[in-house]
Amino acid sequence: MSRATGDDLSYRRPVPLWWWLHKRTYFVFVMRELSSIFIAWLVLYLLLFVRAVGRGEAAYQDFLDDAASPWLVTLNVIAFAFIVLHTITWFSLTPQAMVVRVRGHRVPGIAIIAGQYAALAAVTAFVAWLVLS
Amino acid sequence: MADEIRVEVARYRPDKDREPGWQEYDVPLRTDWTVLDALNHVKNEVDSTLAFRWSCRMGICGSCGMNVQGEPRLSCATFLTDYAPGPVRVEPLANFPVVRDLVVDIDDFLEKLPRVKPWIIRDEEKSVDDGEYLQSPEELEAYQQFSMCINCMLCYAACPVYGLDPDFVGPAAIALAERYDLDSRDQGARQRLDVLIEAEGVYGCTFVGECTRVCPKHVDPAGAIQRYKLKAAQESVKAFLLPRAFR
Ligand code: SF4
Ligand code: FES
Repeated sequence: MSRATGDDLSYRRPVPLWWWLHKRTYFVFVMRELSSIFIAWLVLYLLLFVRAVGRGEAAYQDFLDDAASPWLVTLNVIAFAFIVLHTITWFSLTPQAMVVRVRGHRVPGIAIIAGQYAALAAVTAFVAWLVLS
Repeated sequence: MADEIRVEVARYRPDKDREPGWQEYDVPLRTDWTVLDALNHVKNEVDSTLAFRWSCRMGICGSCGMNVQGEPRLSCATFLTDYAPGPVRVEPLANFPVVRDLVVDIDDFLEKLPRVKPWIIRDEEKSVDDGEYLQSPEELEAYQQFSMCINCMLCYAACPVYGLDPDFVGPAAIALAERYDLDSRDQGARQRLDVLIEAEGVYGCTFVGECTRVCPKHVDPAGAIQRYKLKAAQESVKAFLLPRAFR
């Protein structure tokens, strides 16, 4: 068994395979790690989109047709949910990793988080303007 | 309110048991009683063979850490009434080998701690005649949070990375390294970085964040580790880009 041999009689408890289901926080952590796969997928998807646009009208239309297929819609909805999770979790962790000081005083975490959302909103607005105009 | 609560205690007697089992005790449910009080009641009145560690009874010594209802807690700071009507499960701290009942073996941490050199390192010691090292309130504030650690090991019990890879240096040791790095009197950051930049050092951490959540002293080890990663990454970039003389 997992018990040590020899004089050491102390008992080593094995980590169960499903340890990450034992606590909500562990589960959220594993989902956050998993979200990276979906980020990679959406980056790839974006590149495919740009390529289709570059290849002209027909390729672009094909891309749109594919995008409307049920399985791709499902995949992208799931991917989007994971992206939201990714964004929220990482934004809220940033103040722990980054200490910002203004005039000797530590900027409170909530301000750093708010700053990130403001930056995200600004970039989103810019991209929307770029695409729509 | 009921006047008793059932406490399920993990028992392991290395001379008799092949693996840990459970034993139940009914103890008085008093509003001012902690889990540690319940265990002491059992030990004094019911079953003197129960083994567990404690000392200060006031959240200072860090020796009474246990998993209570699956969460690493200081048993002297965890009130029974929070688990009423019960039962409440008490186990030895997770991720450490069990020596007996609720007593765990923390030698692994004691071996790792000095590796990160948690003391003030000077290139050159000032002589006593030169007077003390002065520090401003701001300089104190820079590291004070990380100096509150009581080595209770709750963070190690909460860390799945440490559970899966016991070679990981772990939260408290890294937080203590950061505590000395941030101390204005210290000049040993380089030496500590050499240890913590190894695979089992800061990069072992995947930022689960549980250590910070369970820490009874609000040390925020997870924060310390991420800040250390940032520092290590900056050093690596500098080492890559700058000629030796400018580092
Ligand atoms: S960092 Fe917190 S949880 Fe970890 S040993 Fe120190 S006081 Fe305990
Ligand atoms: S007995 Fe000292 S911290 Fe609990």
